[in-house]
Amino acid sequence: MNLYAIRAIYKFEMARTFRTLMQSIASPVLSTSLYFIVFGTAIGSRMGNIEGISYGAFIIPGLVMLSLLSESISNASFGIFFPKFSGTIYEVLSAPVSSMEIVIGYVGAAATKSVTLGLLILLTAQLFVDYHIQHPVWMLAFLILTAVTFSLFGFIIGIWADDFQKLQVIPLMVITPLTFLGGAFYSISMLPEPWQTLTLFNPVVYLISGFRWAFYGVADVNVAVSLGMTMVFLLICLTVVWWIFRTGYRIRT
Amino acid sequence: MPSIIRVSGLTKTYQSGFTALQNVDLEIHRGEIFALLGPNGAGKTTLISIICGISSPSEGSVLADGFDIVRDYRAARSKIGLVPQELCSDAFENVWSAVNFSRGLFGKPANPEYIEKLLRQLSLWDKRDAQMRELSGGMKRRVMIAKALSHEPDILFLDEPTAGVDVELRKDMWQMVRELREQGVTIILTTHYIEEAEEMADRIGVIRKGKILLVEEKQALMDKLGSKLLSIRLQQPVSEVPEALAEFSLQLAEDGDTLCYRYDSRQESDSIARLLRKLTEQGLEIRDLHSSESSLEQIFVSLVHEQEQ
Repeated sequence: MNLYAIRAIYKFEMARTFRTLMQSIASPVLSTSLYFIVFGTAIGSRMGNIEGISYGAFIIPGLVMLSLLSESISNASFGIFFPKFSGTIYEVLSAPVSSMEIVIGYVGAAATKSVTLGLLILLTAQLFVDYHIQHPVWMLAFLILTAVTFSLFGFIIGIWADDFQKLQVIPLMVITPLTFLGGAFYSISMLPEPWQTLTLFNPVVYLISGFRWAFYGVADVNVAVSLGMTMVFLLICLTVVWWIFRTGYRIRT
Repeated sequence: MPSIIRVSGLTKTYQSGFTALQNVDLEIHRGEIFALLGPNGAGKTTLISIICGISSPSEGSVLADGFDIVRDYRAARSKIGLVPQELCSDAFENVWSAVNFSRGLFGKPANPEYIEKLLRQLSLWDKRDAQMRELSGGMKRRVMIAKALSHEPDILFLDEPTAGVDVELRKDMWQMVRELREQGVTIILTTHYIEEAEEMADRIGVIRKGKILLVEEKQALMDKLGSKLLSIRLQQPVSEVPEALAEFSLQLAEDGDTLCYRYDSRQESDSIARLLRKLTEQGLEIRDLHSSESSLEQIFVSLVHEQEQ
């Protein structure tokens, strides 16, 4: 195991984060705060409780997930896309590092960043809404698991993308709609059929539901199913990454 | 001399069907400066990319210091440093962290003293806190070299090291390469500037259309393929080459003022003496003599040209 290499990549990626602190941390925190003000405080005060939870508190897990997913994907995809774009990837490819070490370095850094961001958003939420986390350990577990999974997903996008547009298209056209429709702002039991059944095909439903369970003990789907689905997605991403390095897809000519 | 790199039967066919290398065999000796010479698109960069692990071989194998570049890639790659042709760098990173990043990537523990020495040697120490985007092209190339040397490799690949580099920096670069060789580093450089190979290399390989045409000691190559040209300037111009001198196949130049004699420097060592004697016999007085060796460039052009026919 080339630990020095993992650390080098990890440090490099984290340094990039600190260079762009405004963009990578401050701006997601700000935009989430706006959601809290609009939906939590302004509109939420006129909404009834959902499953015994005030609307402001109800949307917290969904909002954290919203940022977590998009930030994990954009961090990880940009992290690997940019060296490919600028040509500096030659160094990683010619270094005595295994594909696993490369993934740990890049994905580890992207996940660290999005977990930190998720926690910062939770802290910010305290300013607007009073909430209590029932299962903090599970909350952290879901946070980390989702961050890692979607950073892997982002890594795959970063390798697949050969221009800046492709880099943007999946987060914008797929992830954002799935998150909005995945129960970030409502409980899926509020949906009429057939939408309630259809929505179960949206993987983000399981992430948000499981995460919300860790907060309040209530969930749209059983928490074990949520955990299972997250693991399945993690496995799919790992398999794709394994395949990418095996075949050299868009990395090694 | 033992080989530090052994390339055997290396073939590279890209997915497009283009064959960049065809059954290449090549041995690089430990401690030498080897110049790989060839026109653009000959396969120089492809060969380097495969040895360094950036590209995968289609067929054949490469041993670096005895380690297979695919099976023992960790051991093989940690011996090698690469300075690519393109100047590419993360624009916002500073020199110090860029070079330290490379060292870590190659699995070496941090060694600030060594990196400091390296940066001083490359006249980059004053620029250690500068971001890459603030540096000039020459500086950037030196940073690339520092990155390649950061893990103390035994083998250094320089892919077109002086492309787009001004004369002064080129001289500095050559000097640095010689110093590295004195430290025991084996250096393989690709170039299409023949002057560079002539100036630096111990041995020269010529590659064209994915095939190695020849590998020779530089001097032997120049001796073997090189002919010399003797220009004899006469006191009085002549209208044609005298019959008596026909055996030398002289050429008349400069309005009959100069006779040109092309000869092989390794054969018939008395031919010049005979020629001069005969000239005197013919009553031709010599005003000036000038002899010149053919340069590697002429050799190269004739070699590549020969293959084309």
